[in-house]
Amino acid sequence: MRLTLKIWKQKDSHSKGKFVNYSLDAISPNCSFLEMLDILNEQLIRQNEEPVAFDHDCREGICGTCSLYINGRPHGPDDAVTTCQLHMRKFKDGDIIVIEPWRAKPFPVVKDLIVDRSAFDKIIQEGGYISVLTGGAAEANQILVSKTNAELSMDAAACIGCGACVAACKNASAMLFVSAKVSHLGLLPQGRIEAKDRVKKMVAMMDTMGFGNCTNTYACEAECPKLISRSNIARMNREFICAKVI
Amino acid sequence: MAELNAKIPSGPLAGKWTQYKDHQNLVNPTNKRKLDIIVIGTGLGGASAAASLGEMGFNVKIFCYQDSPRRAHSIAAQGGINAAKNYPNDGDSIYRLFYDTIKGGDYRSRESNVYRLAEVSNNIIDQCVAQGVPFAREYGGSLENRSFGGALVSRTFFARGQTGQQLLLGAYGALSRQLKLGTVKLFNRHEMQDLVIIEGKARGIIARDLVNGKLERHFGHAVVFATGGYGNVFYLSTNAMGSNVSACWQVFKKGAYFANPCFTQIHPTCIPVHGDYQSKLTLMSESLRNDGRIWVPKSKEDAEKHRKRLIKAKDIKEEDRDYYLERRYPAYGNLVPRDVASRAAKERCDAGHGVGDTGLAVFLDFEESIKRLGKHVIEERYGNLFQMYEKIMDENPYENPMLIYPAAHYAMGGIWVDYELMTTIPGLYALGEANFSDHGANRLGASALMQGLADGYFVLPYTIQNYLAGEIRIPRMATDKPEFEEAEKRVKDRIRQLMEVKGNKSVDHFHKELGKIMWEYVGMARNEAGLKKAIELIRALRAEFWKDVRIPGSADELNPELEKAGRVADFLEMGELLAFDALNRNESCGGHFREEYQTNEGECLRNDQDYMYVAAWEYLKEGEFQLHKEPLKYEEIEVKQRIYK
Ligand SMILES: Cc1cc2nc3c(=O)[nH]c(=O)nc-3n(C[C@H](O)[C@H](O)[C@H](O)COP(=O)(O)OP(=O)(O)OC[C@H]3O[C@@H](n4cnc5c(N)ncnc54)[C@H](O)[C@@H]3O)c2cc1C
Ligand code: FES
Repeated sequence: MRLTLKIWKQKDSHSKGKFVNYSLDAISPNCSFLEMLDILNEQLIRQNEEPVAFDHDCREGICGTCSLYINGRPHGPDDAVTTCQLHMRKFKDGDIIVIEPWRAKPFPVVKDLIVDRSAFDKIIQEGGYISVLTGGAAEANQILVSKTNAELSMDAAACIGCGACVAACKNASAMLFVSAKVSHLGLLPQGRIEAKDRVKKMVAMMDTMGFGNCTNTYACEAECPKLISRSNIARMNREFICAKVI
Repeated sequence: MAELNAKIPSGPLAGKWTQYKDHQNLVNPTNKRKLDIIVIGTGLGGASAAASLGEMGFNVKIFCYQDSPRRAHSIAAQGGINAAKNYPNDGDSIYRLFYDTIKGGDYRSRESNVYRLAEVSNNIIDQCVAQGVPFAREYGGSLENRSFGGALVSRTFFARGQTGQQLLLGAYGALSRQLKLGTVKLFNRHEMQDLVIIEGKARGIIARDLVNGKLERHFGHAVVFATGGYGNVFYLSTNAMGSNVSACWQVFKKGAYFANPCFTQIHPTCIPVHGDYQSKLTLMSESLRNDGRIWVPKSKEDAEKHRKRLIKAKDIKEEDRDYYLERRYPAYGNLVPRDVASRAAKERCDAGHGVGDTGLAVFLDFEESIKRLGKHVIEERYGNLFQMYEKIMDENPYENPMLIYPAAHYAMGGIWVDYELMTTIPGLYALGEANFSDHGANRLGASALMQGLADGYFVLPYTIQNYLAGEIRIPRMATDKPEFEEAEKRVKDRIRQLMEVKGNKSVDHFHKELGKIMWEYVGMARNEAGLKKAIELIRALRAEFWKDVRIPGSADELNPELEKAGRVADFLEMGELLAFDALNRNESCGGHFREEYQTNEGECLRNDQDYMYVAAWEYLKEGEFQLHKEPLKYEEIEVKQRIYK
């Protein structure tokens, strides 16, 4: 495959960025998207040019590190995949591919295609956990969890914290991310005790970090590589209203 | 050759850990606040340790190279975590888990450590459930188990195919809580570059801020390593791209011993290699072997036809299939340990029965299970793995069997530690995959997660106090001491050296070449001539690297090529040690298979007389290592040949 790439280049968070064009030849359709970028970088290094910086680690769709906005979609044209799981067979010979970083105020660009997502960590620090000390746990089977709730909880817990939901949202809302954590814990009996406090604090931090409001367009759900459902947002809203009222 | 002292407590095996805890030194609460601990790594080992130490009141600093602690490589673990709960009532016990782990490790692990691991395994499950880890449940609401290789009981707890993710998020939650409380401070996108030793004790580190390239000095009364394994020495592996040996290698050069580096695990069920652009190999969890059957065509002709894409697996009749694991190992069948399954796959492919385009693949087939249980059950159990497979291979595994082949996966070897998890440098500890302690020559599935969390939650928080109790009079040190200066200078010099080579070849080029050498000569089957050749080739490649590597950009900015270069430079030294160790060990055991030492049936031939020891290597100078032995003494267990037939 022959490809033209238009890639966002930006030296650091203070500098202005711009698109730079690159062309690539002989790319195998079985190559993954990041392997295609590896090939580009190899070529650039050989030509004594600066390679393109992008974030990645596990390359199997679980660490949530990779984060490319490809042709106007977070993680590109395939459904239910991360960028690292995207394969070139999803593109055609001669395609022009536009590659950008996540664009959202709370995720400033660090360099080229790399952004800073510490805002997510900050939200979790507010209460995305159950407060239990090491060694202070009861016998595991003393806490029974219905299979239905365990499955729903796991559905929500599958979030990899990549930030595609924020990148997809025109308001840069983090509702899907936050609601996934609120649901994961809130659906379990051991997570109920702090449920009210948790939702209030996490939502407050979400606002502090500059994430926008949810206006129910659900682009987040459509782009989530882990298929996190928008029903989590509804669940969180209920949880939040209850917490405020009582 | 000095004998190493592992500081194993005296008394009967089952009472050692209790006895240790009853008599160890503790640090009182006010003194804890005055003590600083540095933890490198936010995987299961590091996150659980930092959270627990923070809760206890120590001042902790934690480092990771990723942008968030939640992205440590533990996140990728799929299948599950073992514990001796015996919930299915199938005869499990602490002793049995201990026994299986020792046997699984081919009698090359330390008895006392493994017993302790089995002992605390149940606490781990309790802890994780309390944290809200959404483990799989039975209809009655209790926890569900499944089977893993090398065991006759079902003792593996799991959260779909994302167990590592869920356990890590539990530990990350506990860590986040401490970050909020301020007992732990996070340094993300930071890479530890060197250890600072003052008067013989570990007292701090030099770290590089990966965003701006600045070098930083950090003091600690103790330093804890949980930096993961070195599987990426093979270039293609199931590890994350950034997984590295660098932290361990730096302390090795400063006096920490490296134990059993040749004990590496090649995992039998990974998606096969398909092109030279490939950057990693994806694991298909061992749990799949619960319901999947492994086979190749009985006839070479059928195999040949499949390679040429003339037939599909379905076209091969039942009686023309060779379920070679079930045939060779009727007792354990498809659930034999990994080393056994990997070698068996290689043997079939080498004999001309391999399938797929390259002939380096075997089938993992779910047809029978789907018929027996229904597609929905298989989907519920392994849905995410099937999806992953389909995305990579562009083929539906519900309809056609998966193609799989062994790939480098895990490092049993690592930094040598004693019973307290302390290395040979006082005040320096190693946890999780970074240490060597519990898996001998082969790790059983679902036991790395168990070990990482055991070390971090339940072992280190005790044992480190035994050391720190003696440090309470040492005030926090300023980082302008000459030892810090020197360490920083060393790091600076090395970075400058790397940048100044300005050669013609990329870092990846060298990493790929190293990987080829390692896989060819130091992989699944090793022999004396091959290992000697590997050492020569690695030395030559290393020399070439330092003459011809090209790192673009500068050292005072975010520079992924520079990060990789540092790691590959260390792998180029480490690979040699690995081959060295494999050459020294004139026997076959677990994942270490020397072709010269095998039974008539092609199984491992151990030599307990001469090699029942941990090989702990000391660094002398580049390419020169001194062997120290820790003899392995089994008090509870009768050492036998490992049979899974
Ligand atoms: C695909 C896959 C599936 C697996 N499945 C299972 C399973 O089902 N069951 C099981 O028991 N085991 C499994 N394992 C093995 C298990 O996941 C690992 O052994 C274990 O998670 C390692 O944890 P760790 O805490 O030791 O290290 P890691 O999780 O690898 O963490 C290493 C940490 O160290 C940091 N680090 C490294 N070097 C530096 C440095 N120089 N400076 C700063 N930070 C540094 C990293 O940032 C990271 O935070 C699997 C492994 C793989 C690869
Ligand atoms: S690199 Fe880990 S999810 Fe893509």
